[in-house]
Amino acid sequence: MTMMKKLLTSAVASALMATGAQAAISDNTVKIGYLADMSGTYRDLAGPNGLAALEMAIKDFGGKVNGAKIEVVSADDRNSPDTSSSTVRRWVENDKVDLVAGLVASSVSIAVSKILEENDRLGIVSGSAASSITNEHCTPNHIHYVYDTYPLANGTASAVVKEGGKSWYLLTADYAFGHALEGDVTRVVEANGGEIVGSVRHPFPTQDFSSFILQAQASGADVVGLANAGADTTNAITTASEFGVTQSGQTLAALLLFLTDVHALGAETAQGIQLTTGWYWDMNEETREWSDRFMKETGVRPTMVHAGIYSSTLQYLNAVAATGSDDAQTVRKQMMETPINDMFAKNGRIREDGRMVHDMFLAEVKTPAESRDEWDLYKILRTIPADEAYRPLSESKCKLVNN
Amino acid sequence: MNQTFNPASIHQAIVEQQKAQDRKKMIVNGVLLLLLMAAPFVMYPVFLMKILCFALFAVAFNLLFGFTGLLSFGHAAFLASGGYTTGYLLSNFSGLTTELGILAGTATATAMGLVFALLSIRRQGIYFAMVTLALAQLVFFFFVQSEFTGGEDGMHGIPRGELFGLINLEDNLNMYYFVLAVFIACYLLVQRIVSSPYGQILKAIKQNEPRAVSLGYNVDRYKILAFVISAALAGLAGSMKSVVFQLASLNDAHWHMSGEVILMTLVGGMGTLLGPVVGATFVVNVEYQLSQGPLRDWVDPILGGIFVLTVLAFRSGIVGELQKFMRKNLG
Amino acid sequence: MTMIFGVPLAVLSGQLLIGIINGAFYALLSLGLAVIFGLLKIINFAHGAMYMLGALVTVVLFDLLGVNYWVALFVAPVLVGAFGILIEYFLLRRIAGQDHIYSLLLTFGVALIIQGVLTNIYGVSGLRYSMPDLFKGGINLGFMFLPYYRAWVIVVALLVCFGTWFIIEKTKLGSYLRAGTEDSQLMQGFGINVPLLVSLTYGFGVMLAAFAGVLAAPIYSVTPVMGSNILIVVFAVVVIGGMGSIGGAIITGILMGIIEGLTKTFYPPASSAVIFLVMVVVLMIRPAGLFGKEA
Repeated sequence: MTMMKKLLTSAVASALMATGAQAAISDNTVKIGYLADMSGTYRDLAGPNGLAALEMAIKDFGGKVNGAKIEVVSADDRNSPDTSSSTVRRWVENDKVDLVAGLVASSVSIAVSKILEENDRLGIVSGSAASSITNEHCTPNHIHYVYDTYPLANGTASAVVKEGGKSWYLLTADYAFGHALEGDVTRVVEANGGEIVGSVRHPFPTQDFSSFILQAQASGADVVGLANAGADTTNAITTASEFGVTQSGQTLAALLLFLTDVHALGAETAQGIQLTTGWYWDMNEETREWSDRFMKETGVRPTMVHAGIYSSTLQYLNAVAATGSDDAQTVRKQMMETPINDMFAKNGRIREDGRMVHDMFLAEVKTPAESRDEWDLYKILRTIPADEAYRPLSESKCKLVNN
Repeated sequence: MNQTFNPASIHQAIVEQQKAQDRKKMIVNGVLLLLLMAAPFVMYPVFLMKILCFALFAVAFNLLFGFTGLLSFGHAAFLASGGYTTGYLLSNFSGLTTELGILAGTATATAMGLVFALLSIRRQGIYFAMVTLALAQLVFFFFVQSEFTGGEDGMHGIPRGELFGLINLEDNLNMYYFVLAVFIACYLLVQRIVSSPYGQILKAIKQNEPRAVSLGYNVDRYKILAFVISAALAGLAGSMKSVVFQLASLNDAHWHMSGEVILMTLVGGMGTLLGPVVGATFVVNVEYQLSQGPLRDWVDPILGGIFVLTVLAFRSGIVGELQKFMRKNLG
Repeated sequence: MTMIFGVPLAVLSGQLLIGIINGAFYALLSLGLAVIFGLLKIINFAHGAMYMLGALVTVVLFDLLGVNYWVALFVAPVLVGAFGILIEYFLLRRIAGQDHIYSLLLTFGVALIIQGVLTNIYGVSGLRYSMPDLFKGGINLGFMFLPYYRAWVIVVALLVCFGTWFIIEKTKLGSYLRAGTEDSQLMQGFGINVPLLVSLTYGFGVMLAAFAGVLAAPIYSVTPVMGSNILIVVFAVVVIGGMGSIGGAIITGILMGIIEGLTKTFYPPASSAVIFLVMVVVLMIRPAGLFGKEA
């Protein structure tokens, strides 16, 4: 019922648009709130540089949309859903924020999406990995833009199995994210004719992985899969390299690695690791051009999350310009109807569950000999088509999808 | 001290002073109450409720630390277990009214507090702090492992429901006055405890435990009771917080939360009644305001600086220093 | 293959060895904490941050000045130790004689400052540091592959632990230290500069943490927050051993490494919690830890 109502209002709104467009942008201001971890565990993958990407997008758009000004507010989410709730509630209720961008920790993204739904504003989640964000936690008020656990498992696991890595041993971070990833990997490996010969669930966070690496070595599996993230993954990879995992014939497959992680490890330690990414800075002229500008601003190469924040902000502003409105449902509908073709994605589209589906890439970390400089780290092995990568709507538990 | 010794007049003076102080207190409390009643019309109610929940948490902690001299480094466990229990029950049993959910959360924390107390109460000083920390870590481990907490995703969409099945708590103002009422009741309870004979014994234990033992008090029983009350109130704070925010997360169970409540109490003034309230208000505000402003990447170092400064220069905390100042200049 | 509780003996031996190596590492970290508490009654919650500084300084010295691992092994602890002395002189000294809970709170604040500032400078992804060439590779022990570096860690950690224990418990310098910190007025009367002794002792404890940090740099991800989680584990070790007991910290460190290693084999998810379980149980039975004296 409410969905129907929302669609009707947005239809009415678009009809009105034809006549007096500007009037529909509330207060003649489009206000964007950037909420991300600015000081904790997830700082580097989005953080302050994500804000820089957002501001680049606004500048590139021209700083104004249909004559209305674009304002940005930002806050540290403290990785805490209740601090974030207070922030976003104030943003939407007092400060008239139209769009919340950034959004990294899954607990924060889920909490924020509930508030946005309550207040009918829009959110674009760029940093979170949890696929539940557009599955059981989906709302008509947010979009999940860059990636999630489903294609990560899909891309890496199916490719590695197809290359002959039939038996897998999994190192899983013992929390919801790790469990989800482990489930997805198991499904993909088995569907492709491989098998999981063993797994170990390690506490989050773990500094010393030697014990787990030893168990992985003893398992005799072809592939050691790392279903963890951040410092856990980099520590596991460092230890694997120290204990000669690859020398003894096993392949390492990391399910979630950001460019910043690989940069921290360096090509020497990380070489040969296969991973799935939504975007890489050195794919074509367009991505390089943007990344050069980003590097000028921030001093580092962008992660896929940075690029996603830039792209999604532009998409949002384009939709606002096209509809002349900053109403959440009007803009979301427009964004869903417009295919995404920019430096971040080709033929990307936003589904009714809020999932932005786009091609993903299977990459391999270069060897030190292949790598020209400290950021020249991936070679792209294969494109994973969007429809193959993401969870099909037929499996969706989202309330917005009729199954 | 060159007055002639006259017990009657001294007594008289003390009584007078006491009366004057009581009057002053009444006025101060009255003004505070009015301010709190009016606050949601000028400030954001959810944020005010957050402050009240943390203030209650700090008041609970202070009963143990400030008045009994026991430093618990595991109070996050009570905050979180209250929140998770209430959240779980309210999400899964739609027939349950909100106050029953909150009571159940409080009861869970109380029971957990009793277990903690029995295991830790005979340990002294730093060993006590460490046993409570260890137990809280085990509780944290349990919450991470359990399906029902949602792990690091957290528990979301907890319904606020209706108080006694009558008052709609979805309304922020209703919710606020409910939280305020609970907070004031708890505050008065702690005030009562502290000034009661029982409270005097707690203070005596804090000052000199062996003497309290030699006076024939069963010190352990007093300490256990203080611990359990403190845990119950901390759990109540957590339960209310989960209803206010409609979520419960692992942050509340993390040992950093146990550290944060120490900071609140210390900054406000431990061993004073109002101190933890002031401290919680201060810390929650500092953290929130900083996270929004240009210094948003620097919240942790600034909080650390406040820790350092407080320990070095204002060991009695905001309220304690104010009291000292008033005694010196106005008393 | 011989099996023990469903685990092949070879795997188990490997896990035991790993446990001992990690244990030696814990021992080294706990040692500094025990020295600082045992002699100065300071609860040093900045110990994790000092460990991190040791690793970070190693990486930064290499990146900026090309200082190699061997030099860093000496230079980094000295630099961090000097920093520790500054903290003692400017901050901790001001609360000497207060309840030692205050030292915990003060150093906790100091740790937050150090970690927060460095996070803003270096980020959290980790800094790259290569294994020194000498230690690349390892030997096959039959039941496991032992990287040379791990062998080096266990040897050097145990040597430093033993050396420290020996100096404090068995030499004249050690007896001055113990006496000076126990009855400072008396020792002051004998013409010993007690405040200096206190500064140096704190600096030494911090150096031990930083030394562990240098050892960690090639094998763990070096980030400004790497010390914040290990801190409470190390604290648990010291408490189990008995606060202030130097020998206790060393033995408990190794013991905990082994217990954690076995947990990682039989029930991995509990491996971070097991140490706290042990702590609760030990303190139930022995209120002042395994080797501590009851006050």
